[in-house]
Amino acid sequence: MAPQQQRRKSTAPDWQAIASSEEFKKLMARKKRFLVIATIFFIVYYFSLPIAAGYFQDILNVKVMGSVNLAYLFALSQFFMAWILAIIYVRHANKTDQIIEEIKKKY
Amino acid sequence: MQSAHTSAFITFIAFVALTMLITYWASKRTSSAEDFYTAGRSIPGWQNGIAIAGDYMSAASFLGIAGLIALFGFDGFLYSVGWLVAYLLILLVVAEPLRNTGRYTLADMVAYRMRSRSIRSIAALNTLAIVTFYMIAQLVGAGLIINLLIGLEVEVAIIVVGILMIFYVVFGGMLATTWVQIIKAFLLMGGTVILTFLVLKEFNFSVIAMFDQVADEFGQSFHEPGLKYTSPLDNISLSVGLILGTAGLPHILVRFYTVPNAKEARKSVVWAMFIIGAFYVMTIFLGLGAATLVGHKAIKAADISGNMAAPLLAEVLGGELLLAFIAAVGFATILAVVAGLVISGAGAFAHDFYAYVIRNGNASEEEQINVARWASVGVGIVSIILALLAKEQNVAFLVSLAFAVAASANLPVILFSIFWRRFNTSGAVIGMLAGLISSLVLVVLSPNVMGEGSAIFPLQNPALVSVPIGFLGAIIGTFLTRDYIAEEKHTELSVRATTGIGAE
Repeated sequence: MAPQQQRRKSTAPDWQAIASSEEFKKLMARKKRFLVIATIFFIVYYFSLPIAAGYFQDILNVKVMGSVNLAYLFALSQFFMAWILAIIYVRHANKTDQIIEEIKKKY
Repeated sequence: MQSAHTSAFITFIAFVALTMLITYWASKRTSSAEDFYTAGRSIPGWQNGIAIAGDYMSAASFLGIAGLIALFGFDGFLYSVGWLVAYLLILLVVAEPLRNTGRYTLADMVAYRMRSRSIRSIAALNTLAIVTFYMIAQLVGAGLIINLLIGLEVEVAIIVVGILMIFYVVFGGMLATTWVQIIKAFLLMGGTVILTFLVLKEFNFSVIAMFDQVADEFGQSFHEPGLKYTSPLDNISLSVGLILGTAGLPHILVRFYTVPNAKEARKSVVWAMFIIGAFYVMTIFLGLGAATLVGHKAIKAADISGNMAAPLLAEVLGGELLLAFIAAVGFATILAVVAGLVISGAGAFAHDFYAYVIRNGNASEEEQINVARWASVGVGIVSIILALLAKEQNVAFLVSLAFAVAASANLPVILFSIFWRRFNTSGAVIGMLAGLISSLVLVVLSPNVMGEGSAIFPLQNPALVSVPIGFLGAIIGTFLTRDYIAEEKHTELSVRATTGIGAE
């Protein structure tokens, strides 16, 4: 581990060159777009639950199957929202990993 | 209950013996500071995911939320949702950059491009504050729960748990802590799956039949919001603290240093999310099952806040043996969480405060690991003493205080150090202090401390106000000074955080 680390330090990567490369700009743009959309989506989706539970109880109290109501279904949907978004992110990240590999090869 | 205490006790001893063996094995593999703090960065992503779940799901989740659902119906489940969704922020924003830019602690990332000593002192202070609040709540809860489960005196239970957690961390470091957490996760999930299966069997595997029976017994309002959280703003504030605070919890964040790279860190969050989510969904069955099969009267008779709902349910469904097993699961649950807290607190003291602030980065490897071990003993003993002093108090609010400090003091500087080029040392220092102080002051002024009616600040949870103060402090602090070196170094941080080039 130690000699490898030393070698890495003696030839520090040219951060500026990587940052201004086309590949890196493309990578950042893709990452940022995904991040902004996904974060806004899950924040809005999540907070609509405590807000509805506090101020729009009539909607949540609608019964759907037997005594199972929208409150439970909406709360449960949050779990699936989180899992699905996590999987979508991983698929997205696996693609951006390929761009990272290209950058690593070049610099 | 007496003979159940005995079989529970035997199950505990088996768990303790197993974890002792693991600690012995781990101690032979822990020789450097990197081994101690990060298990040599050798944990595969999926194992780390299981360990994160074990680190995170506390006795408050297992026994507390089952009890909340049993007594308050839907509001208990509402509370559990945020515990999973919070991981999206960790997955999307925090885990990979942290892994790529840091070494052992949260402060590593924030201090990366700044004047490190002042940032590390305050970051260490924040971590120790979060760890201490969380630990007092865990240890006091542990004392009460173990007292109910196996009949040990509360003080004895706190001391036994405290000594075990110190033992794991001091001798086995992160490797032993990780395996204690993995075993705990298996026990917890196993116990929860068994209970869920047995509850569903009572209703011929019809979820709707279970909901209908509960509605018949307690009224449809039991399935509707409003039985526990009567103040919507307070509930929203609690949600803010959970969602933003989880991504600033030091004992969760240090787990991302134990994997070889950012891709494995990402994988570990997803594993953790599936385990944690499955667990919280199953708490519906534990809670509603306990409500109808055990009954409110028996649950409240055993413990007024509902902590005994899951163990009592186990007794009804599977007799003494299952009760003993669930009791042992509760015990394992507590130990895995407090061990994680000790090692992250020790890291903040030994790595951030001692190695960088006192020794200015000149501490030798041997010195570092010695200090880390002694810091673990120190953090552990201080927590035990504080827990013994607080054992008569209602300390449940300390958990939300820990989350509020994490959300208000840690999260703003984590986000700004990654995404805001202009961000600098004064911004980080003022942001962290503003978040920490506002959380503390608001809790002191809240109904938790001042009592209902006379409280100056109306909310139980400070996050709704303290998080904006934390962000504002970081922004104002940044504009007070200009640090061109920090701005220039943002290029390096940004490349490294995104690509992992140069990561340890």
